[in-house]
Amino acid sequence: MEFFAQQFINGLTLGSIYGLIAIGYTMVFGIIGMVNFAHGDVFMVSAFIALIAFLILTTWLGLSSVALVFLIVLVVAMVLTALWGWAIERVAYRPLRGSFRLAPLISAIGVSIFLSNFVQVVQGARNKPVPPLVRDVIVLYQNEQYTVTLSYKQAIIMVTTAVLLAGFWYLVQKTPFGRAQRAVEQDRRMAALLGINVDRTISLTFVLGAALAAVAGTLYLLYYGVVSFSDGFVPGVKAFTAAVLGGIGSLPGAVIGGIIIGLIETFWSAYFSIEYKDVAAFLILIVVLIFKPSGILGRPEVEKV
Amino acid sequence: MASGSTTPIAATARAEASPLPGLIKDAGLFALVTLGLCVPIVSYRTDLGQGIGLVITSRWGTVFALCAAIFVLRFLQQLYLGGRDRRRAARAPIAVVEGASRLGAILAPITLGIALTLPLLAALGAGSLGEGRYWIDLGILILTYVMLGWGLNIVVGLAGLLDLGYVAFYAVGAYSYALLSTVFGLSFWVCLPMAGLFAAAFGVLLGFPVLRLRGDYLAIVTLAFGEIIRLVLINWTDFSGGSAGISSIPRVSFFGLPFTAGESGFAATFGLAFNPMHRLVFLYYLILVLALVTNLVTLRMRRLPLGRAWEALREDEIACRSLGIDTTITKLTAFALGAMFAGFAGSFFAVRQAFVSPESFNFLESAIILAIVVLGGMGSQIGVAIAAIVMVGGPELLRNLGFLKAVFGEGFDPNEYRLLLFGLAMVAMMVFRPRGLISERTPSVTIAERGR
Repeated sequence: MEFFAQQFINGLTLGSIYGLIAIGYTMVFGIIGMVNFAHGDVFMVSAFIALIAFLILTTWLGLSSVALVFLIVLVVAMVLTALWGWAIERVAYRPLRGSFRLAPLISAIGVSIFLSNFVQVVQGARNKPVPPLVRDVIVLYQNEQYTVTLSYKQAIIMVTTAVLLAGFWYLVQKTPFGRAQRAVEQDRRMAALLGINVDRTISLTFVLGAALAAVAGTLYLLYYGVVSFSDGFVPGVKAFTAAVLGGIGSLPGAVIGGIIIGLIETFWSAYFSIEYKDVAAFLILIVVLIFKPSGILGRPEVEKV
Repeated sequence: MASGSTTPIAATARAEASPLPGLIKDAGLFALVTLGLCVPIVSYRTDLGQGIGLVITSRWGTVFALCAAIFVLRFLQQLYLGGRDRRRAARAPIAVVEGASRLGAILAPITLGIALTLPLLAALGAGSLGEGRYWIDLGILILTYVMLGWGLNIVVGLAGLLDLGYVAFYAVGAYSYALLSTVFGLSFWVCLPMAGLFAAAFGVLLGFPVLRLRGDYLAIVTLAFGEIIRLVLINWTDFSGGSAGISSIPRVSFFGLPFTAGESGFAATFGLAFNPMHRLVFLYYLILVLALVTNLVTLRMRRLPLGRAWEALREDEIACRSLGIDTTITKLTAFALGAMFAGFAGSFFAVRQAFVSPESFNFLESAIILAIVVLGGMGSQIGVAIAAIVMVGGPELLRNLGFLKAVFGEGFDPNEYRLLLFGLAMVAMMVFRPRGLISERTPSVTIAERGR
């Protein structure tokens, strides 16, 4: 039971990160119906931005306040990654509207290959470790054999995720931008006729998705303390699995899916085999896509002529 | 990229209305965005230092050089686009199509001629067969990708099914030969068809459940399938040898005659002096024949009702279904046939390397093959071949060019930039010429009126 509780906490932490990335997939899919294959690599780029920002702050500027460093790194990563998201949409996806069906996906694969190799070229292929920012743990429960702990890192990850999701939820549900976004999602042409700037709304969607991926990237770096140029692919696929599992196009679905994937992965590693943990995620993806492509909260898709 | 989304007429009007200052402002904006993107990921490089932790070094020079390059490129592109749109407005688009396919018609026999005589050319060019080894090796590598490209072309180019896990079938082929030959001692010529069949069986196995999915879901599922195969190969050590792979796989024989110096060897039987290059030349012609068979089958399939159904499926699935085409069978055959050729190529890979490991079958390999098909213009045979030559051979040739080292410094390795350029090329292709660089993908049959 103690072991289970500990794994539950670990899974929840991992799931928060997946959920944040999954929102980027689900929003983009909802609004322009494409699988943004490069999103995992945007997440990886953001982790690198966070890494460099962290190093500059701590080694060059000598900041020692953990909270301040974390906040600055988070904001810097969000802003710069959002710029990446904007630029990618502008260069690689926007010119393809109205092109043939698979064009955006192929372009996105190109962006994904470009990003990971770009980072490999400019930052080198080695793993990049950072010293842990916080080490303390909160002991939740203790007996002779086992201790259940919640580390500060995990607490920071869960709290940051919850706060940002609340803010994001407000943005999509209550603000003019959110209304515009949902309108474009439902009917792009009608939205344009009603005076919504469709291009701008789509751009902003990418910017928001990238910013949330940057949060995930920063938290990932905080949690694992290491990042490499190839770290975008597997978390990207898992987050996409989360988005599909939750029902692609649905924002709460993405978060729920992320948490489920995080939990399944953690329990699978803990109780079955750690070698096959990625296989578990891929199998879930295949099974969900085949048997319930609309996911948990998604709407069934009707194919129109 | 604004001109990409506006109509040619609007772009022309704008280019005329705002000449130089507008262009400079636009290019400046691009350079500024580049600057933003380069901070901090290019401007500060992190390296593992002497002690623990990372050391950062700043590289603002590179960043500004990059920004300047983007500025110039964007400026020239806008200048060119402005002129091109004006020219385009005066010309019918159909002329472009004809010009492109004529280029393909000229290139095809030349390429084939070079491919057929490459060992001879290499021997003559380098002095002896042994010294031409580099070129023959490169030829084998390129032809392997040509074959894989043609195989994937059946699935992606003809049937319009985006397969991101194609390398899984390549792996199935390679491991089939590796295991059958090392465990059961079967010869390559027995294993080759079996590897193809195994791969095709895997294609059907995967195809059955997933083929009702829509395009991009299908792509993701095939990707997941490819990754699962790779992860199983890594982790199921008893079966596949894990990440260490399988080594000392038997070499290829000349239909039973081994390429050895002994009495019963190939050279002795035919009364030739023994030369280790014989095997390499044989391998070269083997992959050439395999690739040409792939090409021939594809070309013949396009004339069969099934091949026509593939192309119809690519254009419009719902219309296909309404016309009574069994979409499941149609997709499945494309999948199985594509997988079979990957299986052949895989067993060739195993026999050439005499070593297989899961490393060779990662997602990147799938992406490279896909990039070759996309850049060749999906559906065009000669386009795929040219794309494979350019993308696989190009970086190899770049590596030997001395002046690049002089410009970019001694440690410059073009292979590092190969995949980066692959990615960029895929995006550029989709943005500027989604129908292919060399040749257009044209339906095999058209109603006469449409051609005008």
